[in-house]
Formats: sequence, C-alpha cells, structure tokens
Amino acid sequence: MKILVPTKRVPSTDERVRIRPDGSGIEDASLAYMINPFDAIALEEALQIREQRGSNVEVTAIGIGNADFESELRTALAMGADRALRVDFDGCHDPWSVAQTLAAVVRREKPDLVLMGKQAVDDDANQAGQMLAGLLDWPQATFASKIEFVEPARLSVARETDRGLETILIRLPAVITTDLRLNEPRYASLPALMKAKKRPIETISCQDLGVSPEPKVRLVRLEQVTIDRTCERVADAAELVHKLRYEAKVI
Amino acid sequence: MTILAVAEHDGTQVRSGAYSALTVARDLAKNSGDNVELLVLGSGLDSVAADASRFAPVIVADHPLLANPTADRYARIIANVAKARDAVSIIANSTTFAKDILPRAAALLNAAMAGDVTGYSVGNGELLLRRPMYAGAAMAVVTLSGQPQVITVRASAFPSAGPLDQPGERTVWNVDASTLPNHSEYVGLESRPTLRPELTEARVVVSGGRPFRTSEEFENYVGRLADALNGAAGCTRALVDAGIAPNEWQVGQTGKVVAPQLYVALGISGAVQHLAGMKNSRVVVAVNSDPEAPMFSIATYGLVGDVRQIVPELIRELGK
Ligand SMILES: Cc1cc2nc3c(=O)[nH]c(=O)nc-3n(C[C@H](O)[C@H](O)[C@H](O)COP(=O)(O)OP(=O)(O)OC[C@H]3O[C@@H](n4cnc5c(N)ncnc54)[C@H](O)[C@@H]3O)c2cc1C
Repeated sequence: MKILVPTKRVPSTDERVRIRPDGSGIEDASLAYMINPFDAIALEEALQIREQRGSNVEVTAIGIGNADFESELRTALAMGADRALRVDFDGCHDPWSVAQTLAAVVRREKPDLVLMGKQAVDDDANQAGQMLAGLLDWPQATFASKIEFVEPARLSVARETDRGLETILIRLPAVITTDLRLNEPRYASLPALMKAKKRPIETISCQDLGVSPEPKVRLVRLEQVTIDRTCERVADAAELVHKLRYEAKVI
Repeated sequence: MTILAVAEHDGTQVRSGAYSALTVARDLAKNSGDNVELLVLGSGLDSVAADASRFAPVIVADHPLLANPTADRYARIIANVAKARDAVSIIANSTTFAKDILPRAAALLNAAMAGDVTGYSVGNGELLLRRPMYAGAAMAVVTLSGQPQVITVRASAFPSAGPLDQPGERTVWNVDASTLPNHSEYVGLESRPTLRPELTEARVVVSGGRPFRTSEEFENYVGRLADALNGAAGCTRALVDAGIAPNEWQVGQTGKVVAPQLYVALGISGAVQHLAGMKNSRVVVAVNSDPEAPMFSIATYGLVGDVRQIVPELIRELGK
C-alpha cells in the first residue's frame, strides 16, 4: 500500500506575520518555517497506518516548491517517511495549481491513499484535497478526526462538520484531509533529523510530470489586519452588566 | 447568464446563512445583469423548495441518492447545473458543507475558487474579493481567472436577503441516477443536542477556555451564562481536544467564525487562532485571571478575576 502525504512549508504558527509595506506579500526575511500543522497530522496518521499494517506500507512525503521546501521534507523523513519527493516549482501556488500538480504525481506514483491537511495555515484555503479528489474522480473524506480500516480497501472516516461528527465509508483509492483531532504528531528527534540530512530527496520538474500549473487565483495585495479596540477595564460584575446594558446596549 | 447560489438546508428550511450568500449573488447580478437562481439538493425537498422559492427562482435536485450531502454526488450535480446554466459564479455560505463540496465542483468545472470571502468590489471590470489569510492576521485581495468563479462567503459579513414580492419559479433538475458517482456511503451524524441558538447565528456568544475542566463545569458556568443572555455557547480548541466540548462548538481559525453583537470570552488567553473566529464581534468582553492575557488587547470591556467567582455574579446581576 502506498500513501502520499503532501507537506507544505508554512511560516511557523509562533510567528507574527507582518505584511510588506507595498502589500505584495509577507515579510519573509527572518521567518521560521514548519510543516503545515495539518500536514504533520496527515503524516503522523500515515505513519500509524504503516505501524499497524506492517512493512508493505510505503509513506512518501511530497513537497511542491523550491529548494527551501527540502527542509520540511527532511523533517518528514526524520518523522519516519520512507521517501521524500519534491516537485520543483518556483511560481506562486494556489489550490488549483497544487491540485493539478498532485494529480500528476498521483498518476506517476499510483498511491492507494493521499492523506493531506484540510488547510494550510498560510492561505487558509481548504480546497486542494477536494480539488484533487475531483480531478481524479476519487472518493474524498474531508476534515477527518478518525480513520479506521473496516476492510483492506475500505475505510470508515469520522468527519468534523459544523453539525457534528459525521461518519462515512469510502473505498480506496481515496483522498482524506485531516482535522486537528485526528492525532498528535510525533516530534522528529535530533539524531533522526541529522540522519535525514543525508537521505536523498527525489526531485522532479513540472515538465517531467507533464504539468504547467497556472494559478487561477491572483493576489492583488495583502493588508495587515489591525483591531482598534481599547479595552476598558471594569471593576466587577455589576459594573460590567451596567456597561453592557446602558453603554454598549447589547443586552 | 446565471449566478448560482447553492443553499444548504435542514430538510425543511433553507439555513439562514444561505440568505447572506444570496445577498452577495443579488448584488453581483445587479451590476452584471445576470439572473440569480438558488440550487437546493437533497431528497424529499417539497418544503425546502417552497421555502427557497420565497427568495429566488429555485432549481430543485431532488432524488433519494441525494439524501445525504456526499461530496462526490453533490459536486457532480452542482457542476452539471453550472454548465447547463452557463453560470458565471457559484456562491454559497462558508460552512463545512460548502467547504467539502464546492472545491470539488470547482475542479470538475476547471474553475477557480475563493473561500471565506468577507467583502468585494469591482475594479477595472474585475471582481476583487477580500478574504482573510494567516489566521486572520492578513486580509488578501484576490481575483479569480476564468468562469465560473466559485466563492464561499462568510454569512456574518453580509446581511440576509429578504423575500421576493412574488415567489420565484421552481424548476426540477432531472437527476440521472446512472451518472451519479458512488464513492462514499453515509453512516450517520453524531452531535451533542443543545437547545441554544446556533453559534454562527446567535446575537450573543459566550465561550469558555481551558479553566473549565469537565463538561459539567462548562455547562455550569459557560452554559448558564449563555442561557442568561439567550446566547450560544462556544469554546476554544483546548476544550474540544480535551473532550469537554464537541467540535461543533469550537470558535476559531479551524472552527466556526462568529461575529455576534456580544462575545464573552471566559478564561480564554486570546491565541491568534481563536481570535480569527471572533474578532469581528461588535462588543467583546474578556474575563481572565491574568491581567496580561492577550484577549484583553482586543476586548471592549475587560474584567480581571476568577471565572468561577465572576460568572455566578454576572448571572445574579443579569437577573436583577
Ligand atoms: C493550526 C492550529 C489551529 C488552531 N485552531 C484553533 C481554533 O480554531 N480555535 C481555538 O480556540 N484554538 C485553536 N488553536 C489553538 C490555539 O493556538 C490555543 O492553543 C487555544 O486557543 C488556547 O485555548 P485557551 O485560551 O482555552 O487556553 P489557554 O491558552 O491555556 O488559556 C487559558 C486562559 O485562561 C486563563 N485562566 C485560567 N484559569 C482561570 C480562571 N480560574 N479564571 C479566569 N481565567 C483563567 C489563563 O490566564 C489563560 O489566559 C489552533 C492551534 C493551531 C496550531
């Protein structure tokens, strides 16, 4: 069984994102980066599936980007991925171009399962997995918080929806996108990270994949969001209720 | 040409968020001269279709195979309808229903998509869409190339559309069962029953954070204060992870986005991922024992103290 896990490089969630004065993007000079947290959860799940189902499961981490993306792919190798593959791409991504590229990777690699984050915490788009499933005409299970094999090629997936926890059954091959509660990703140990530095990362060009992913979403500009509220400190519950009633008039 | 608004429903009525999407659809149509049609999908839709037709002409895709909102089938129908109607845009309220289905429909249509749109303008004949990124720390202005444009909008950012003077026409969409995919089997939905208003629709939301250590405690403080204010109860990720509150109550970047008149944050530190879901509330109250908690920096009113002491006092004051 082959599992592909796309891993996106995103600014660390501990970073304060600042917008460049000209609005063309974020100040990225000194940012720390990480594997998109949802992708790390997807990778953890793939590794757990391998641990449960044995050595015939192969987990491949996929990066789509320039050479910088190799650092996240090395983290993926250190966490336990069997292989890492980078699609060399220096343009700007949108979910559409990512889905196109991943579909080409899927045609080449022929995985049984693509496990990926439900969204990347930079653009917060929440589209690439669904688009990929649509392009491949595969089953999809989004926002997964529990994945169980009910048969060798049939999975029960619990999905976190606005209405509650929905359960569906899907057949492989399929695309599953992960939500936060699926698992707690393991850390890559320092020795594993050192070892991963020496492991090969396969690189393939878009041309070799036969795709020329043209983004369809164009970023016109980014604006910093500031909240202008000045907090008025109140002394006690009585004063708060008074303010809410007679000053803010919201109750 | 058509602007298609996809309406989520509860089996009887269209969900109110769909009317915000309809507002956007009508406004875009006003400028472009396109028609607006509502699309409803499901099984046994008589009452839903009647409800929807009060607001716009309705396309009704009613078939037993559409009884549950499975993405493969719904996306296929939406794409087929969009093609048949030559849709210029497909618009829906940004819920997990739309987030699951619309990107898949977009892929089938070779179309671009923008999600969680909170505003828009037209410049040089192009539709400029505003949507948050980086957990709401940034607002992006984007354009989508090609047609149709697939858009989900945040209901809280747009008013609800009102009914028409005359009900709209109802058109039956012929569902060809033989062409529908059969990729997933629906098993069921599990949710924690609550009599409180829906989070995204409530005028008042009371949310609790990590200090509440059990479901009972959450109910006794957050739940009771919510009831005293006729509001909905929400929470941070910390409580969902701990199994204290169900995931559908989570507010934030990866939970629900709310913008009520009043948001009361009880023992919530104010992580950016939580703020992403509530910072556009009109009035924000923070109650926290740590005077330095970041939540205070975005609050309208702040009260430093122990939630276990302050919440009962608030309930008492509200009863006066
Ligand atoms: C990718 C990603 C996505 C995320 N998405 C979300 C999301 O959608 N929603 C979300 O909420 N979080 C989300 N998070 C988690 C977020 O980063 C925070 O960890 C979380 O919001 C913290 O919850 P909290 O405020 O309840 O807990 P804490 O940060 O632990 O804060 C508890 C607060 O309670 C106060 N307190 C303690 N005891 C008392 C008392 N007795 N009385 C009064 N105050 C007290 C403390 O001073 C503190 O400020 C996400 C994180 C990541 C990495």
